[in-house]
Amino acid sequence: MPVSSVGEIQVWHRRARGKQLAIWFGWLCGVALFMFCWNIISEKTTWFFVFDAPRIVGDISSRMFPPRWSYAEKLWLPIWDTMNIATLGTIFSIVMAVPVAFLAARNTTPSAKFVRPVALLIIVSSRSINSLIWALLLVSIVGPGLFAGVIAISLRSIGFVAKLLYEAIEEIDQNQVEAIEATGASRIQVIAFGIVPQIMPAFAGITVFRWDINIRESTVLGLVGAGGIGLQLQASLNVLAWPQVTLILMAILCFVLASELVSARVRKAII
Amino acid sequence: MLRLDGLVKTYPTGDKALKSVTLEVPRGQVIGLIGPSGAGKSTLIRCINRLIEPSSGSVTLEGVELTTLRPRALRAQRRRMGMIFQEYALVERLSVMENVLSGQLGYVGFWRSYFRKFPQAAIDEAFRLLDRVGLVDMVDKRADELSGGQRQRVGIARALIQNPAILLVDEPTASLDPKTSRQIMRLICELCEERGLAAIINIHDVALAQIFVRRIVGLRAGEIVFDGLPNSMTAATLTEIYGEEDWSATIREADGDDDTDIDDAPRRAAGAAPQHIPEIDRDRLAGLT
Repeated sequence: MPVSSVGEIQVWHRRARGKQLAIWFGWLCGVALFMFCWNIISEKTTWFFVFDAPRIVGDISSRMFPPRWSYAEKLWLPIWDTMNIATLGTIFSIVMAVPVAFLAARNTTPSAKFVRPVALLIIVSSRSINSLIWALLLVSIVGPGLFAGVIAISLRSIGFVAKLLYEAIEEIDQNQVEAIEATGASRIQVIAFGIVPQIMPAFAGITVFRWDINIRESTVLGLVGAGGIGLQLQASLNVLAWPQVTLILMAILCFVLASELVSARVRKAII
Repeated sequence: MLRLDGLVKTYPTGDKALKSVTLEVPRGQVIGLIGPSGAGKSTLIRCINRLIEPSSGSVTLEGVELTTLRPRALRAQRRRMGMIFQEYALVERLSVMENVLSGQLGYVGFWRSYFRKFPQAAIDEAFRLLDRVGLVDMVDKRADELSGGQRQRVGIARALIQNPAILLVDEPTASLDPKTSRQIMRLICELCEERGLAAIINIHDVALAQIFVRRIVGLRAGEIVFDGLPNSMTAATLTEIYGEEDWSATIREADGDDDTDIDDAPRRAAGAAPQHIPEIDRDRLAGLT
């Protein structure tokens, strides 16, 4: 008990003594573990390279500037490709994710025992594999190019969109659904009238949010040959063309900034 | 017209929400169903249109046994039972008109309803009903822009456009202020009279029920313990339904010459309830609320 009596007075502590000691011990173990891990990391690090890092940064920076502005005209098409990968990938993922979300949501799934686990498995497997890994796989399956990037982005996004959407479906006001059921509406009418209007704001928000993420993810897909501006980045890095790398990084920065601006505007307008 | 026979609902948790309820609702009669929270009022009306599946017993509407119907036939029967809810249960992000027309979903195919191509007759009826409940100017408003009383009027219009034979009304006034409560109760009862509709109205407010309905059924712990005229209710009946309390200010006291009614009450209830009035078990009541 955190309350003990000293003579007449009732003394209150935040925690009982045993609990307080346990917390101190927990902290002690945590700090010890941290020191232990730090020791291992330190042994495996070549500290010479770390101390040398500032000089290397200075060296590369001096080679990176000024950016090679004339290279810009070769970047418009890759940027356009990158945007297409993100947008098409998002659209395809939505087409596939919406049914999965309805199958996964506890209140709309046709069978909680058989269908729901399958839908959840789809969601988890899609989410657990990074789009770069999807792209690596797909480049060897469908060959290098935009198409592999689009598929990689959409496979990666299914899980994200479906998960957020099924959570939104589970959180709807069941009264509205009940009211539509009570009119004698069929199952699909109940979904169209009772559920869809309720999840529309969430759906729009999720879509724009995912598109925004996909823009960023699609900028690196080119590194593994799946199209977009990453291809140029890879090529420039390979030939140590640092001024081009600078320009590409700047282009990516501006591009992502613009997409975030758009998505923020759209989200504000919808919700 | 509507008949419940030995209706039982036991939830998977073991709670016996309804213990063999038998009730006959004649055509055009409006019943006030009163009882403490947890007595099974909501369960009772949801067992009628099978939003909750009854465990056993039978429900017959105009001679059709509802408890054994397959889904398609059940949907067809649900059109004959309009439902009105405590929290209005309008689809908040749809317009008033869409909400009213959703009462027609049982009559219209999916694609027609999806593209909002409802039959002109339904649209005419929707305008008539919105005019009747006093919301004809609100047709294009979104449901979440309306006040509580207005929303409940939309809910009433949605129930009526189903062309029902009976209204199942679940606490229509629990979220409304006293004045709006009276207006809504009056509207429901007037409309039932105009259209010859029967209704079962779950209601907490005993005084309000006494003003508007012709017959009151008292439910306690899943059993009917009172069934009689509003003015035959006494402090003793309220004690039986709700438990011990000072009821003198609650009921519209029957006049002295109504003694016979008071004596009649237990006899009328006899069919459904035990004659002997047991002692109030406080623990049990506490668990129910």
